[in-house]
Amino acid sequence: MSNVIEVDHLNFSFGSGTLTQPVLKDVTISLEEGEIVLITGPSGSGKTTFLTIIGGLRQALHGSVKVLGHQFINSNEQIKVKTRQQIGYIFQQHNLLKSLTALQNVCMTLEINTTMTEQQRYDRAAEMLIAVGLGDRLNYKPDQLSGGQRQRVSIARALVGQPKIILADEPTASLDKQSGYEAVSLLKCLAKESQTTILLVTHDYRILDIADRVVELEDGMIK
Amino acid sequence: MNRFGWLYFPARLAWRQLVFDRTKLVAAICGVLFACVLVFMQLGFKDTLYASAASAPLKLDGDLFLMHKQSEAMWRPIQFKRSELMRVLGNPAVAEAYPLYLGLAPLKNIQTQAKRTLMVYGFDPDSLMFNVDSARNKHIELRLKDTVLFDEYSRPEFGPVRQLLEAGRNMTEINDYKVTIIGLFQLGVSFAADGNVVTSDLNFMRIFPRRNLDDIDMGMIRLNPGASVEHVQAELKSYLNEFVNVFTYEELLRHEKDYWANTAPIGFIFGFGTVMGWVVGLVIVYQILFTDIANHRNEFATLKAMGYEQGYFVRVVFASASFLAVLGFIPGYLLSLGLYNLAESQMYMPMPMLISKVITVFMFILSMCFMAGLLAIRKLKDADPADMF
Repeated sequence: MSNVIEVDHLNFSFGSGTLTQPVLKDVTISLEEGEIVLITGPSGSGKTTFLTIIGGLRQALHGSVKVLGHQFINSNEQIKVKTRQQIGYIFQQHNLLKSLTALQNVCMTLEINTTMTEQQRYDRAAEMLIAVGLGDRLNYKPDQLSGGQRQRVSIARALVGQPKIILADEPTASLDKQSGYEAVSLLKCLAKESQTTILLVTHDYRILDIADRVVELEDGMIK
Repeated sequence: MNRFGWLYFPARLAWRQLVFDRTKLVAAICGVLFACVLVFMQLGFKDTLYASAASAPLKLDGDLFLMHKQSEAMWRPIQFKRSELMRVLGNPAVAEAYPLYLGLAPLKNIQTQAKRTLMVYGFDPDSLMFNVDSARNKHIELRLKDTVLFDEYSRPEFGPVRQLLEAGRNMTEINDYKVTIIGLFQLGVSFAADGNVVTSDLNFMRIFPRRNLDDIDMGMIRLNPGASVEHVQAELKSYLNEFVNVFTYEELLRHEKDYWANTAPIGFIFGFGTVMGWVVGLVIVYQILFTDIANHRNEFATLKAMGYEQGYFVRVVFASASFLAVLGFIPGYLLSLGLYNLAESQMYMPMPMLISKVITVFMFILSMCFMAGLLAIRKLKDADPADMF
């Protein structure tokens, strides 16, 4: 199996000069296709920073970060935008668009590439929402949904584009135990079907069992 | 990505975000509407001013006109010698030349006895100076002593002259001199005069005892058929005294208009008001777009993380600006239409809603919203997905 994410001797620091604050130190890790990896660690250990570099949202300068075959170190914005479109995101806050219904929110992922017709997009999005158990909430706005339901909408939004990679940042942080566990189980189940790689940052120890591998990060180093 | 989706998807998102928050949408529309009405009214007043300034010269039936160089406008003329006008008769192309006497004087309201200033035009009735049929038909009667024609379109403060004439009450005073109104004609008021009266040159001297026939305010020249106006104008300029202007009909109209546009600061005032309307609208729309971007910062950052490019959000902002322009313009236009009618009934001056003005104002509003959008997109760079996690 091929590696979809390859990180080699990655160093990253905030600030400059004497105020330089190293966040990631010599991180080396690779993820195979279809693998589910959890990154845990205390606050400030650099988990989220690591995730934003993998997602092409933050520019790192030292080391090597290859995502889906694209080198992110010193790359241009164009390559990163293209790669981002093949990555699904799940945020700590659901970050749904308030003015759009659940269905329209999921459609936003598909509207980046307009090869599909409107009807095809709606069908795909509806299918995905039914898969996450929200078939009866298609036309609800985020305000009218519960926390767990919103997170399921954002899981649907991340998966509907059939991404190669899912990046999730504390997806269960704002959920209670049961809906949190349901959400990640759902994520795992749907991802396994389509051989999607998942990189999940969490310090919620209740969900460690869904992972193929757990990586612990402390002070910017993998333990 | 095809062209249709390039604009359609961001526009649709902009629209959905606009209609989601109705209160803010209404506030935004009110802002654009306000600017729209302001610009419409300023331009309307300005056009009315110019149109009314030219209302009297517009009706003068002549090919060339003499005016003293120091005359800024017809309503405040400087006199020159009648002999100067008569010199033009030496040119073989000139058929006839008539002097025109102008003066502002109070007319007594027949009913209330209140006095109010209007414009008095004095000329030889047989010259048929005004191209108004009702004035021309009375040229024989106007030869009589102490007779005048009253402008039906004068302001109502002069009294219901038509009804009074029908009731046989036709005696009044101009400049404390007793005259008889023998009929009505139609000209229209201007910013300089609230009303108009036409009389013969001899009656004019009776109304204004200090004036004499030798000092004239304007000269009207008619040419023989087939004569070239430009050619004769050049000839006259070459041998007339340098203190007179020789105007063609169009130049006279422009001269009157330019007085209000440039010499009197009124043209500037309305122009300034128009620009202020634009700026006020700009600030309102900018504020709304700016806070809108700030409120949707998280959502935009999320979309950016999902792979949307910067250009998409720029299009969202400009689509919002365009929607606001259109949504504010429609009620703004309707409200202005009503206000134009109201202003017409108050000013007794025509204030037409011309299609060219509608297009001008719409372009104005659109440019205002685009400018606001241009200023607001700087805020977009705050939507950085790296800060989202």
